[in-house]
Amino acid sequence: MDPIRVITQNCVGCKLCVKVCPYDAVALTGPLVEGRTDRNTAVIDLGKCTLCGACVEACARYNAIVITRRTFKGQDVALYSGVAIFAEHRRGKIASVVPEIIGAARALAKERASTVSAILVGNGVRAFVDELLSYGVDEIWMIDNPGIGDFDEDVQSELVAEILLEKRPEVFLGGGTVVGRSLLPRVAARILTGLTADCTELSIDPETQLLKQTRPAFGGNIMATILTQNHRPQMATVRHKVMAPAAKVSDPKGNVVELNHIPIPKSKLEFLEFVEEKSATVNLVEADVIVSGGRGIKDPKNFDLIEKLALATGGAVGASRAAVDAGWIPYSHQVGQTGKTVKPTVYIACGISGAIQHLAGMKGSDMIIAINSDPNAPIFDVAHYGIVGDLFQVIPELIKRLDSTGG
Amino acid sequence: MNYFLTEEQTMIRDLAAQIAREKIAPIAAELDESGEFPWDVVKAMGMADLYRVFIPTEYEGLGGGCFEMVLAVEELSRACGGISLSYAASALGTIPIILFGTEEQKKKYLPPLASGEILAAFGLTEPNAGSDAAGIKTTARADGDSYVINGTKQWITNGGEASIYTVIALTDPHRGVRGSSAILVEKGTPGFEFGKKENKMGIRASATRELVFQDCRVPKSNILGKEGMGFLVAMRTLDQSRPGVAAQAVGIAQGALDKAIEYSRERQQFGKSISSFQGIQFILADMATQVEAARALTYAAARSIDAGEKDVSRASAMAKVFASDTAMKVTTDAVQVFGGYGYMKEYPVEKMMRDAKITQIYEGTNQIQREVIALNLIKESVRGARNAAATK
Amino acid sequence: MKVIVCIKQVPDTTNVRINPETNTLVREGVQSIINPFDVYALEEGVRLKEKHGGTVTVMTMGPPQAESALRDALALGADNAYLVSDRALAGADTLATAYALACAIRKLGGADVILMGRQAIDGDTGQVGPGVAENLGISHVTDIRKIEEITDSRIIVERLLEDGYARLATRLPVVLTVVKEINIPRLPSLKGKLAAKKAQVPVLKAGDIDAEVERLGLNGSPTQVMRIFTPTRPSGGKKFTGDAAATVGALLSELTAAGISIRKSKK
Repeated sequence: MDPIRVITQNCVGCKLCVKVCPYDAVALTGPLVEGRTDRNTAVIDLGKCTLCGACVEACARYNAIVITRRTFKGQDVALYSGVAIFAEHRRGKIASVVPEIIGAARALAKERASTVSAILVGNGVRAFVDELLSYGVDEIWMIDNPGIGDFDEDVQSELVAEILLEKRPEVFLGGGTVVGRSLLPRVAARILTGLTADCTELSIDPETQLLKQTRPAFGGNIMATILTQNHRPQMATVRHKVMAPAAKVSDPKGNVVELNHIPIPKSKLEFLEFVEEKSATVNLVEADVIVSGGRGIKDPKNFDLIEKLALATGGAVGASRAAVDAGWIPYSHQVGQTGKTVKPTVYIACGISGAIQHLAGMKGSDMIIAINSDPNAPIFDVAHYGIVGDLFQVIPELIKRLDSTGG
Repeated sequence: MNYFLTEEQTMIRDLAAQIAREKIAPIAAELDESGEFPWDVVKAMGMADLYRVFIPTEYEGLGGGCFEMVLAVEELSRACGGISLSYAASALGTIPIILFGTEEQKKKYLPPLASGEILAAFGLTEPNAGSDAAGIKTTARADGDSYVINGTKQWITNGGEASIYTVIALTDPHRGVRGSSAILVEKGTPGFEFGKKENKMGIRASATRELVFQDCRVPKSNILGKEGMGFLVAMRTLDQSRPGVAAQAVGIAQGALDKAIEYSRERQQFGKSISSFQGIQFILADMATQVEAARALTYAAARSIDAGEKDVSRASAMAKVFASDTAMKVTTDAVQVFGGYGYMKEYPVEKMMRDAKITQIYEGTNQIQREVIALNLIKESVRGARNAAATK
Repeated sequence: MKVIVCIKQVPDTTNVRINPETNTLVREGVQSIINPFDVYALEEGVRLKEKHGGTVTVMTMGPPQAESALRDALALGADNAYLVSDRALAGADTLATAYALACAIRKLGGADVILMGRQAIDGDTGQVGPGVAENLGISHVTDIRKIEEITDSRIIVERLLEDGYARLATRLPVVLTVVKEINIPRLPSLKGKLAAKKAQVPVLKAGDIDAEVERLGLNGSPTQVMRIFTPTRPSGGKKFTGDAAATVGALLSELTAAGISIRKSKK
């Protein structure tokens, strides 16, 4: 049976499925259904269809499109319980995303009436135990061994897989960091389970008790909610600054379980050196406030207005592609589809029209303030607050107010 | 408008457009300011096989003709009329070799020109011989197995950057026009120097220099065709390359039109965008119509040449004169649409207006073109009257 | 040196928009392109070939129209191309995709270096590279910003991390996913495009890649999309018009009322 089919008798030829399909795979070329509609019914081109399910959702009213799945045999769901997280660390520090995924884990564990565990592997990692327990982790599954270098990702992923097979948490979360997005997929492929990247929302479905994993797709234009029904653990990564960090517990009660029986494989990766680079990019991505300039800045020398505002707000300087292409500011400051994705607390867009390509890089900002002389600029559609005016007057005024005491 | 291009022609046009967008547009304003030669763009065009387009397949070219070259020049010029000359002027310098070169000359020069490894240039104009090309004074005196060249060529595009130059010189000064010959001279030949780089109003990213010959000795085998054919080589070359100038003008005009339309939508006055005002709308409509007419005429002339039509001078001259006059008008209108901002160097249209002017002047001034057209018309009329008389 | 580059044909998401009235994706004029990050991977593959000799094979798993992406890749310097395509492969998530690609790569005899972009701009997961490596049982390193050298099957790479980069060495074969910092891709050449037009692109079906059928396509995908929806726009976007003093004043009052300060905190 085809994985997706149209129940022709239910179709009324309303065309919603045609409009919503990103792959142009639906056409109204099917037979007429007497007594139901005088329009052709939907037909799906299986050569183009990717089974994304957009049409099924669009046809909710008439239920004329059905996707049938028979996933390959997964793990015995009943044997799995608890929420685990990957305690990523490097060069003596726990990754900044870890408290955030612990926060998410605690909320999920509460829903499932289960516990939060942390997988902690590395050399000298017992130094992180107190910190992890202080965020409310119930149990730490630890392997502290000099054979696990900070950069021996292959060793770490093998150990993580072994621990997951042994401990059987039903959910495993990791940070959407460079390492997280490399290590977790390897683990998922090894133990044959599902992994969803960069979730913006994680919750337990009250009916099915499954982990609902919600994430953006198509450059952020749409959101998808994903389930891992028959496989465990249900794995997901969450990017830094998407979720709130766990509150510290006043009286940490968790314990440590050392898993030294698991053999440490030898790494095939040879670490040579780490070169630190706190570039403008890093500052940009980590910044709480970003002030960006676009085509409306009109001239490279006017960019110092942006810099002054950034200074006044303690923020980083960003730019739209138009400004970078014009050579007004280096590419490392570019925010957008082909630049950096940022999620600051405050994003101030100055003289930026708001092309989708730019929005893709900053839409996730907590608060967007736009300053533009064109009242119809698309940026105002996503901005929480907008000032329609001449930025050459507005920005100096804003700087003046911010620099003065009070107000 | 659809000009019913073949798949290959579309490929060439789209690739030139991609190069224009990705490699030329980002640096156009900067190079206009500095006057620096765009070697990076030349390299990109070479790697993309753009220089192969108008060179025969036997010499590592893609076997395209004038029309394919026109398509490329137009797209490149849309981004910058100056940078596009590093392509178009090399085409001008390559055509004499294609038309009149011996097998040996073609084998030697066409492959490296096709790969964009080297550039070509064409040297006819002199300080005292512009429109009056017959007034050239540069001599090429036969001496044993060589020609010894003395004289100066002026305002040669790609001068100093090109590696191979087709120079029109008098091998027999007493025979006037019929005493001229076309001779290939390589850069670096002793006695061949370049004057300073000219400081131009527009097309500033192109290199324009004097060619100075002082007892420059080249082998006799460097001649293109035979002694006395110099002007024939020049005229045939210019007939074939003239649609290239027309294409450059069309490209510049189109680029200006694009910017003007975009700006008219953004600029708000009296509470709405200026594109809502009929005054602006009429200007834009006229600009677009003129550009399209220029394009159609240019394409027709190029196709005519490729079809091997015998008399292409009228079409070629018409395309050049109309396209260049259109470019001047359209770019001026574009500045007008931009208003005060159009006059400022931060905005792209004043450069386009400066770039457009030269197209009315070089490769035969528009006055000369008009003369060519008129004489051609009269000749045809005379022929017609004679034919009518003959049948009586 | 045998290089295999895995590419994906994706809709140009920079041009994907939502129709604000119907809340549906506007498809018109959305072109299919090679995933931009894969273009960098392909360029790096071609450079490796130019430096070390050998071949660059490009492959993609997708519907029949993905063939045009392979032809574009051939025009950019790849030597040959394979389309892994079959109805049985449709609906694959990253696990099933990585499995299918690994089977195909194994069928082609493997490679010294397997390259792909760090993520596809439609899915944005970055998961297929590590998955392919795991399936092939070989090393992988993601976010490569430079391949320093390859000598006697030992490769040294620079991996871009949040706070700098790590220099790592490993033995071939290896899967590498690349970032845009790695190179500036060349433009397609006309000769390349003309040759690509005429090239043969063999299609590998599910049966051709020696895969376990149950691990392919929708059935081989543990994750499934439950629903797709358009994100809600931030409501109550307020616009201030007027002279600078008035608008700035109004904005700052609103922010203060909302408990938000954008003044640089004095630490």
